[in-house]
Amino acid sequence: MPTINFIEADGTGHRVEVAEGTSAMEAAVQNNVPGIDGDCGGQAACATCHVFVDHDWLEKAGHAEPETERPMLELAEGAQDNSRLACQIAMTDALDGLVLRMPAQQF
Amino acid sequence: MDAQSSVSFDPHSIPIEDIDVSDPGLYQRDEHWRELFARLRKDDPVHYCAQSEYGPFWSITRYSDIMAVDTNHRVFSSDNATALDDARIVGEGDGAVPIPSFLQMDPPRHDQQRKAVSPAVAPANLVRLQDTMRQRTKKVLDSLPVGEEFDWVPAVSVELTILMLATLIDFPLEERAKLKRWSDVIVGFPGDGVVESWEQRNREMRELVDTFLRMKQEREQAEPGRDAISILAHSPDLRDMDLVEFVANVTLLIVGGNETTRNTMSGSILAFHDFPDEWEKLRRDPSLITSMVPEAIRWQSPVMYQSRRATEDIEFGGKTIRKGDKVAMWYISGNRDEEVIEKADRFIIDRDRPRQHLSFGFGIHRCLGNRLAEMQLRILWEEIMAKGWRRIEVTGKPEFGYSNTLRGLNTLPVRIHA
Repeated sequence: MPTINFIEADGTGHRVEVAEGTSAMEAAVQNNVPGIDGDCGGQAACATCHVFVDHDWLEKAGHAEPETERPMLELAEGAQDNSRLACQIAMTDALDGLVLRMPAQQF
Repeated sequence: MDAQSSVSFDPHSIPIEDIDVSDPGLYQRDEHWRELFARLRKDDPVHYCAQSEYGPFWSITRYSDIMAVDTNHRVFSSDNATALDDARIVGEGDGAVPIPSFLQMDPPRHDQQRKAVSPAVAPANLVRLQDTMRQRTKKVLDSLPVGEEFDWVPAVSVELTILMLATLIDFPLEERAKLKRWSDVIVGFPGDGVVESWEQRNREMRELVDTFLRMKQEREQAEPGRDAISILAHSPDLRDMDLVEFVANVTLLIVGGNETTRNTMSGSILAFHDFPDEWEKLRRDPSLITSMVPEAIRWQSPVMYQSRRATEDIEFGGKTIRKGDKVAMWYISGNRDEEVIEKADRFIIDRDRPRQHLSFGFGIHRCLGNRLAEMQLRILWEEIMAKGWRRIEVTGKPEFGYSNTLRGLNTLPVRIHA
């Protein structure tokens, strides 16, 4: 099973294993990683699972989808070029070891 | 079971095409709307109402359909379309005062203005309000006449939310009664018990406009502050915003930033009265406040609906919605959709995923003040639990507001049992 390393804004790390096909948001919620709310249940509709993809992983994880995900990130606080909604990252073996950094607070 | 709706009502007694859920009386009497929405969700989830006081409109009643409309801002436009009653946005009569805030806009203007307002209610800015809020909450709760009957709404819900709003926009605390009045007037319309006529509403709205334009000027000349008016006045993105829009965004903060939280505060007291087992559950484990707060927000559904206008013909839920049609997303119905929320007609404070509710809306128009609302409710309930009261009993019939938009509690008689 692929693993994800969630890193909180204060540097605290959470390494979780997830089944292939699971989203990074679901992985965080299922493993009680703090700071990922996922209020909309994975529809790219609330931006409470905002993460920064570690630059080494950007190519594999991909950029935000322009129609729904990007507009939500545009309105999220502190969004950057490597911002994604974790609910829109489906985990595969190719993403094993993915590093996702979290903002200080979801808003 | 909803304890509030004790009178049995057969929603099938009305032909389905004649169902009109926009009637504000349904919510003021607090009857029949639960049954009517349950029938629509089951038999006609995308429902056309050909005749209403506000003209024809579609009702979207299921959770997943509401999510689909709310997230499709290209086809379902907010441009002057968020209320079924156009007069709520553009006003009516001589000297009407329109309030076109960013809530009633589409991208890109929406995004620009929303981003400018956002820092005022962002978590970083809320931290500074937290201690003030807690001190005030303690003081308000200490002042309550334990053992006697009193009205919870003015004593607690109005007082706390107006104090918070005044702080948020740095409005003189001693004049905060004006904010409460304006808040009621902004959403008011003749016949609702708040305003008598459009002329009266327009007069009071102009007073509001004058006050906030004066405040804007003062803040512009002062150093940038952290209150919302200063943030708006100094925003480089909003330098070209016209004055009408400036005031409109202030009115959005006033209504969004206090009525909804006020009503959810009152609604949570009523919910615990109706579900005493949940009250005991919370007393045993106050850490459940984390999941109880979003559940109270779902239960209240303080904004009952928001509407949109279709920008093109679209097939939706087996119906054809035509370009130009008004479409109302009934959050209050989606929040009781059994397909998504188990035992949705019960107030349950320890749900697995309590944050999955529609009360804040979804998509680009999602409630900007949601973190502020949650913080205020959390602090109120932490301090209520710290009191160790045995019970807060609702001693009489609550009075609900005459509105199809904001689910308001105007009075809530209670007695605290120490």
